[in-house]
Amino acid sequence: MSTNASLEARGLSRRDLLKAGAAGFLLVSFRLPVARAAGDTFAPNAFIRIGDDDVVTLVMPQVEMGQGIYTTVGMILADELDADFNKVVLQHAPPDKAYNNPLFGIQATGGSTSVRAFWDPLRKAGAAGRAMLVEAAAQQWSVEPSTCRTSNSEVIHDASGRKVGYGALAALAATMKPVGEPKLKLAKDYTLIGKPVKRKDTLDKTDGRSKYGIDAMPTGVKFAAIAQCPIFGGKVGHVDDTKAKAIKGFQQVVADDDFVAVVADTTWSAMQALTALDIKWDEGPNANVNSAQVWDALRAASKGTGAVAKQAGDVDKALADGTRYDGVYELPFLAHATMEPLNCTVHYTKDACEVWTGTQVIARVQEAVAKAVGLPIEKVTVHNFYLGGGFGRRLDHDMTIRAARVALHVDGPVKVTWGREEDMQHDVYRPVYHNAVSATLKDGKIVGWSHRITGSSIMARWFPAGFKDGVDGDAVDGAIDQPYGFPNLKVEYIRAEPPAVPTGFWRGVGPNNNIFAIESFIDDIAHREKVDPVAFRLRHLDNNPRLKAAIHLATEKGNWGAPTSARVGRGISVQNAWNTFVATVCEAEVDENGEVRVHRLVTAIDAGIPVNPDTIAAQIEGALIFGLTAALFGEVTIENGRVQQSNFNDYRMLRINEAPKIEVHVIPSTEHPGGVGEPGTASGPPALANALFAATGVRLTRLPIDREALAGRKPV
Amino acid sequence: MITLQVNGQPHDVDVSPETPLLWALRDVLGMTGTKFGCGIAQCGACTVHVDGQAVRSCQLTIDMVGNRPITTIEGIGATDAGAKVQKAWLDLEVIQCGYCQSGQIMSAAALLAHKPNPSDDDIDAAMAGNICRCGTYVRIRAAIKKAATA
Amino acid sequence: MKRLYWILAAVAAVVFVVAGWIIYVPGPTAFASGSTVALGDYKDTNPTGVPASLATADLVTRGEYLTRAADCEACHTAKGGVPYAGGLAFKLPFGTLYSPNITPDKETGIGNWTDAEFLNAIHKGIAPDGSRLYPAFPYPSYTLLTNDDALAIKTYLFSLTPVKQEAPPNTLMFPFNQRWGMMFWSLFYNSNDRYRPNTSQSAEWNRGAYLAEALGHCGECHTPRNLLQAVDNKKKFAGAFTAGWRAYNLTQDKTTGIGSWDVETTAKFLAHGHVEGLGTASGPMGEAIDMSLRHMTPEDINALVVYLKTIPPIPDTSLPIPKTMLASTFPSDHEIDENARGAKIFAGACAACHGWSGKSPILTYADFVGGRTVNDPTAQNVAQAIIWGVTRHTPNGVVKMPGFGNAYSDDEIAAVANYVTARFGAEKSSITANDVKKISGQASQ
Ligand code: FES
Ligand code: FES
Repeated sequence: MSTNASLEARGLSRRDLLKAGAAGFLLVSFRLPVARAAGDTFAPNAFIRIGDDDVVTLVMPQVEMGQGIYTTVGMILADELDADFNKVVLQHAPPDKAYNNPLFGIQATGGSTSVRAFWDPLRKAGAAGRAMLVEAAAQQWSVEPSTCRTSNSEVIHDASGRKVGYGALAALAATMKPVGEPKLKLAKDYTLIGKPVKRKDTLDKTDGRSKYGIDAMPTGVKFAAIAQCPIFGGKVGHVDDTKAKAIKGFQQVVADDDFVAVVADTTWSAMQALTALDIKWDEGPNANVNSAQVWDALRAASKGTGAVAKQAGDVDKALADGTRYDGVYELPFLAHATMEPLNCTVHYTKDACEVWTGTQVIARVQEAVAKAVGLPIEKVTVHNFYLGGGFGRRLDHDMTIRAARVALHVDGPVKVTWGREEDMQHDVYRPVYHNAVSATLKDGKIVGWSHRITGSSIMARWFPAGFKDGVDGDAVDGAIDQPYGFPNLKVEYIRAEPPAVPTGFWRGVGPNNNIFAIESFIDDIAHREKVDPVAFRLRHLDNNPRLKAAIHLATEKGNWGAPTSARVGRGISVQNAWNTFVATVCEAEVDENGEVRVHRLVTAIDAGIPVNPDTIAAQIEGALIFGLTAALFGEVTIENGRVQQSNFNDYRMLRINEAPKIEVHVIPSTEHPGGVGEPGTASGPPALANALFAATGVRLTRLPIDREALAGRKPV
Repeated sequence: MITLQVNGQPHDVDVSPETPLLWALRDVLGMTGTKFGCGIAQCGACTVHVDGQAVRSCQLTIDMVGNRPITTIEGIGATDAGAKVQKAWLDLEVIQCGYCQSGQIMSAAALLAHKPNPSDDDIDAAMAGNICRCGTYVRIRAAIKKAATA
Repeated sequence: MKRLYWILAAVAAVVFVVAGWIIYVPGPTAFASGSTVALGDYKDTNPTGVPASLATADLVTRGEYLTRAADCEACHTAKGGVPYAGGLAFKLPFGTLYSPNITPDKETGIGNWTDAEFLNAIHKGIAPDGSRLYPAFPYPSYTLLTNDDALAIKTYLFSLTPVKQEAPPNTLMFPFNQRWGMMFWSLFYNSNDRYRPNTSQSAEWNRGAYLAEALGHCGECHTPRNLLQAVDNKKKFAGAFTAGWRAYNLTQDKTTGIGSWDVETTAKFLAHGHVEGLGTASGPMGEAIDMSLRHMTPEDINALVVYLKTIPPIPDTSLPIPKTMLASTFPSDHEIDENARGAKIFAGACAACHGWSGKSPILTYADFVGGRTVNDPTAQNVAQAIIWGVTRHTPNGVVKMPGFGNAYSDDEIAAVANYVTARFGAEKSSITANDVKKISGQASQ
C-alpha cells in the first residue's frame, strides 16, 4: 500500500473520528485505492464500525453472489483487527459513487477483483483500528502499549493479567490519534487467513430462508411476465388481449415500445396470459440475421489490420524465419443461464421509487431506474439481494429498466419475472471470437508469436474507458500477459460487433477466449514438434516459477505420462490471468461415436496467499464445471434474427451424472492474492480439447466440441 | 378454493386449480424457499416432497396435489433425512450461490429417506434432474455420502 | 408351338390377375356385410351433415364442425404458422410436398374458387387449373362427402381472414413431379362416389362410417398402402408408418389392435387422446385429437366407436402385447448397466416427469405404463417424441413435452429411446444413431 494511501487513511480517520468519538463507537474510515481514476480528491468508501456491543461492522461495496466474498473479506479484517470472527458483520453499502470498485472505477462486483482490491487497505484499516484500541487500553491502565497484546476482540496485558473487550474500549479508542503506518501482521501470525473458515451466508441457504431478488415480496406486490420482441431490435406492433383477459387472475397489460408485460395475481397466470396475448411484432431490420452471416462477418473482419495491444521485439522479422506454424481458433455465442432467471421488483409512486433486485451494479441500477421513471436519483432506493448466479449477466441492468417501465403503469409494487425462455433469448451473450495465431520456432523454442483477436468490444459499451486506441482491455486480457517468455510477440485486436446480437461479460471474460487459443495452439505445436506438451511448455517458463510449480503439482497429481487405455487421453492447460497461476490436467475418453466422457480434472492453483483455501477450491471446482459445460454443449445460434435455444432441453447443462471427478490443489503462498472466481472457467476447455486430441488425434479448433469430427465422420 | 397441506399446516389458496404448486407456494403463500428455474421439469430447482416423494412443483398442478401432505425446503429440516442432509451441506460447504440448493437438498433428502446407503449410481439416478449452474456437483455427491453415514 | 402359345397366354393371364389383385383395393366399407344404397334412397337417419344438436345452426357454424371433423387444419397449417395458411412440409421418399394455403386469400389462397371448382378438388383431386392434386390430399376419402357438407366446409373456410402466404414449391423428383400421372392413379383409386349407406347396419354405424371414412379419413394413416401408394383396404386399419410416425393397429384384434378396449375406453381415448393405463396420443394422432376429435359431440364419438367395433381383426405380428406392469420405483444398478448412456440421459432429462416406474409423479399425460408407444420395438414414436417434443391441448390447458433433438446427439437419443422401451415396454428396441437421423427426417415440418 502506498504511503499516499496511508496518509489519506490517517487524514480521513482524524476528521471522522472527531464526529465519531461523541457517539461512543470507533469508526475507521478508509479508502480503497482507485486504480483507473487517479488523483481524485480523497473520500472514504469503506467503514469499520466497532460498537460498545463488541460488534464489528464492515460496510463494503461488494455483493455476495456465491463466491463467498463476505466471508473472505470478513476474515481479512478480523485477522488484522484480532476481532472475534463471529462478531464481524458485513453490510452491503447502499449505492453511492463512494463505492466505486477500485479496479473498475464504478461500483461493480466482477472480474475476480474483490479480494485482489481489498487485501491491502482492509488489512491496513484493521491494523489501524487495532492500534487505536491498544492505545486506549494502555492509557486506561497507564502501561506501555507495547506491553499489550490483542486476541479475540480483547486487549490483554499479560503482566497484570488484565483484559478488556473492544466494545468497552470503542468510545475511548475513538479519541486516540490514528497511527500513520500501522504495523501489519506477519503471515505466520495469521489466525484466520489461510485457514478454511465456514462461510457466513450458507446457513440460510439450506432452509429456504435466504432471499434472492426473485423472492422479494413487498406487501401488495403484483406479478408480471414479460415478452420482448423475439427478433433483436424489433418493436411491438399490435397487441390483442382478448384471449388473455379470459385467464383467471389477469389484471392488466403493459405494452411498451419494445416489450409487452402482463400483470396478474400470480407469476403463472401472468405467464399464461402472456402466451394468450396475440402480439404482432414489428420485426425491424434484423429479421434475416442468422449464424452463418455472423461467422462470415467475423471472419471477414479478422482479415483487416488490428490495433496493436502489445508488441515486444521484432515479430515480423521473427515470423519470417524458422519453422512456422499457424492456427485459427473460434468460440461461439454463449448464454449465462444463471439459475435464478432475471427479475426485478419495482414500486413506483409519483415522488419515490423502490427497487428490489439482485445486481452486480447497484449504483447503475439506481441511476437507470431514476432515469426510466423520471425521478431524481436520491428518490430511488435500491434493495440488493443475494444473486442466484451472476456470471456477468447481472453486470447489466436492462431487466431493471424494463421492470421500472412496467411499474410506471402499475398501482403498487410489481415483480417482473422473466421466463427461462425469455432469459435465454434476451441475454447479453458471450461474444463470438476469432483468433489467428502464428508462431516460429528456433532450436525447439518459440521465438516469434503473433495473436490477432477479432471480436465484440464489451468494454466499449459497458465501460468506455476500458476501450482505448482501438483496443478492448478485456478482449486482450490473457493474451498480452500470456505466461510464456516469447522474445518477439505481437497481440492485435480487431473490434467486430456481431450484427444484431448484444454481447456482455461472461464468467472467465476475455481470457476464456485467449487462453483457449493459446493453450490449444501451443499443444498443437508441441505435437507437431513431437515434444511432450508439458515439457514443451516448461521450456518457455524459465521466468515463471509460480506457474512452473503449479504445472509440476498438477501433472504429478494428474499422473501425467502414465499409460492410458485406448481412446482415453490427457491434456493440459496453463495460465496466469487474474494474477493467479493455474495448471489443469484433464483426462477424457471418446467412444467410436464421438461421445465424450470426462473422467477427471486435476487443478493446481497458486492464487497468492489463500485467504480461505476451501472457498478457492470451491470456486475452481464450480468454474471448471461451468467451462466444461460450455465446451461440451454451449452454443447459442441465430436464425431469422432470433435465438434458437430456449430452455435447458436445447441449451444443455452438465448434470451430476456427467460431471467428472475434480481435484483442486491450492498452493500455499505469501504473495498478494489473485482472482479465483474466473480462472477455472478458462482452464477447463483447452485442457479438455487437448485431452480429446490425445485420445483421438483430432484437433478441435472451435467449441463446443464436434462429436461427428471426433468420431472421424467429418473433418474439423 | 383449494386447501394445501404444507409442512403440516393447512393453507387455503384461491387461484385456478391448474396453477402449478410452485406458484401457489411462492406467490400465494409467500413461501419463497422453493425456486423457479425452468418451468419445464428440467432443472429441479422447484423440487418439493408430496407424500414423501420428490416432485417438480413447476409441473404439478394444485388440483393434482389435493390434500396430500407437502414438504418444502422450509419444513424439511424437521425430517430425519432432511436434517442430516442440511448438516452435511454445511459441513462440506456445498453451497455457492445457493439458488439450486433448495431443490438439491429436497432431492437428496428424498433419496436418503428411500435409500439410506445410496451407491454412486443411486445418487446419479436421484440427483441428475437437479442442475447446479455453479457446479457444486462434486461436493453434493460427497455430502450425500456424509449424510448417509451420519 | 401351339402349346407354347397357350402356356404364354396362361402365364400372361396369371400375371394379369395377380397384378390386378395387387393393385385392386376394395372400398373402405366393403368389409361390412349387407348392401348399400344411394344416400337419397336411405330411409333411416341421415348419416351425413352435422349432429342433430347443430342442425339449426348457421352454415358457417355447421361448416366449422365439419371442417374440424375433416381435420383440414392439421395438414394445412405449418408448425407454428397461421391455421389453414398452409406450408406444412411432407417429407416423402421421392421429395417434399408443401400443403397449400386454403384461407380465402385471392392470390395465394382459394379466394377465387367457385363452388364447382371446390367440389372438383374435394371429390376428384382436380385443381381449378385442371392440374391433378397429389393424394397426400385425401380426396379418395373426401370424395365420399356430400356436396352440402363439402360446400359447408368451403363456406367456413371463406369466413376466415385471408392470409397472404405462398407455399414453397414442391421438390418431387421425376416422374413424381408429373402431376398428370395422377390421372391414371385416380382411375384406379378414386371411386368418385358419394357415401352409400349400408342398409343392413344401424344408423349409428352409418354415421360412424361417414365420420371415419369421408371426414376423418382414418385409413389414410392407419391402413397400409399398396405398391402404388394407395390405401390398401385389404388390410384395413392394420396399422402403418405415416409421416415418420407409426399409426397403430385400429382393428379389433385383441392384443395388437384395440379389440380389448371396451366401448367407454375407446370413446374416452378418441375424445381425450389419453386414457390412464393406455398411454397418451402424440404426434399426428395427438393433433387429430386436439384439432378434430375432441370437438365432436358425444353422439358422434359413440357412432365412431360403434363403427370401429365392427372392423375385422388383423393381428400385427410386429407388436407385442403391451406390458401393464409398473417398473421399479427406483432403478437398481443392473437396470442401469445394460444401457448406461440411456439410463444417464433418462435420469437427467426424463425421470422427473415420467417417473422411474412409468407412472408419472406429476402428470398422468406423462404416464408410460400400458401405452402402445413404449410397447413398440421400433421405438418410432418414442424417438419422434424425444426429438420434436409433444404438445397437447387438453381441456385444462396445454400439456407440453419439450423436444431434445437440438441438444442431444443421435446416439444419445437412440440410447434413451432404447432405454425407455426396455424399461417400460414388453419388448426392447435397439435403434441406432442412423435410425434416429432417418426417423427425424421423416416427420412433417
Ligand atoms: S423449475 Fe421445476 S424443474 Fe425447473
Ligand atoms: S449453487 Fe448456484 S446454482 Fe447451484
